[in-house]
Amino acid sequence: MISINLGHYLTLSSIIFTIGVIGIFLNRKNVIVILMSIELILLAVNINLVSFSIFLNDIGGQIFTLFILTVAAAEASIGLAIIVVYYRNSNTINVEEIKSLKG
Amino acid sequence: MIAHTIFFYTFSLIAILSSIMVIASKNTVHSAFFLILDFISISCLFIMIGAEFLGMIMLIVYVGAVAVLFLFVVMMLNVAQQKNEWFKSSSGYSHMPIGLLIGLVILIELIIVIGGWKYKPDLLSVTSITVNENITNTHSIGNVLYTDYIHLFQLSGMILLVAMIGAIVLTFEKRSGIKKQSYIKQISREKNEGVELIDVPNKQGIKIDD
Repeated sequence: MISINLGHYLTLSSIIFTIGVIGIFLNRKNVIVILMSIELILLAVNINLVSFSIFLNDIGGQIFTLFILTVAAAEASIGLAIIVVYYRNSNTINVEEIKSLKG
Repeated sequence: MIAHTIFFYTFSLIAILSSIMVIASKNTVHSAFFLILDFISISCLFIMIGAEFLGMIMLIVYVGAVAVLFLFVVMMLNVAQQKNEWFKSSSGYSHMPIGLLIGLVILIELIIVIGGWKYKPDLLSVTSITVNENITNTHSIGNVLYTDYIHLFQLSGMILLVAMIGAIVLTFEKRSGIKKQSYIKQISREKNEGVELIDVPNKQGIKIDD
């Protein structure tokens, strides 16, 4: 049995990051799931920072994880507020029907 | 050490599977539940490698606030019936191949970077804030957070304030036709605005509401 080192955690975080990116690309129905994918990406970044902080014995990474947590909470609240307002105005949050902003 | 390995593989497998289910499940409520499972397993990993404070904060902030906020919005908007339909667009054109291709390329690039990367052996000596092994994780975070990073800490408080005000302003709806009590109007009402004294002529009376 191999022991767990930094590479394992980085691989885990890169897999979760990729799943989040694929979720943004593939979603065709629901804006809320896109917001959840963004949360997954931020979670992957948090895993990176915390594992570097632990394995390099430096506390700064955990401090910055706290700040990322703050920004993620703010982003989720603002994004969900925008979705609620959009649903109230146009009665849908389907990704395909949100195309009033044509370029 | 072997318990560490077993726990790492268990929790990371649960995390990866649940994050796949977040983007793949047809019901949005199920996606939110899998997001909660993902956060819980990642915070177990954090607690396991020694970042106890962050693990607990992840549980409180993500599971207690963010995921419940997601669930609340999903149930309020009544979109649970809108199925995800497995990424099929209504026009028949599917983004599946190109999205999977881009995701695969990103994953391969990340794996190449991580696999071929070695950090310098003297990197440990150039780190700025080293961890004192004699105090707890929470204690060492508190030592640094309120001294060296105090400005960033206050700035993050400002970010939360702006987010709170923004959410309230965005969702605030001014309704017309609803009678509300206005204390200022009630208190500042004078006697001569509300009461009128009229001399009634004898045996003739007066019309009140004309």
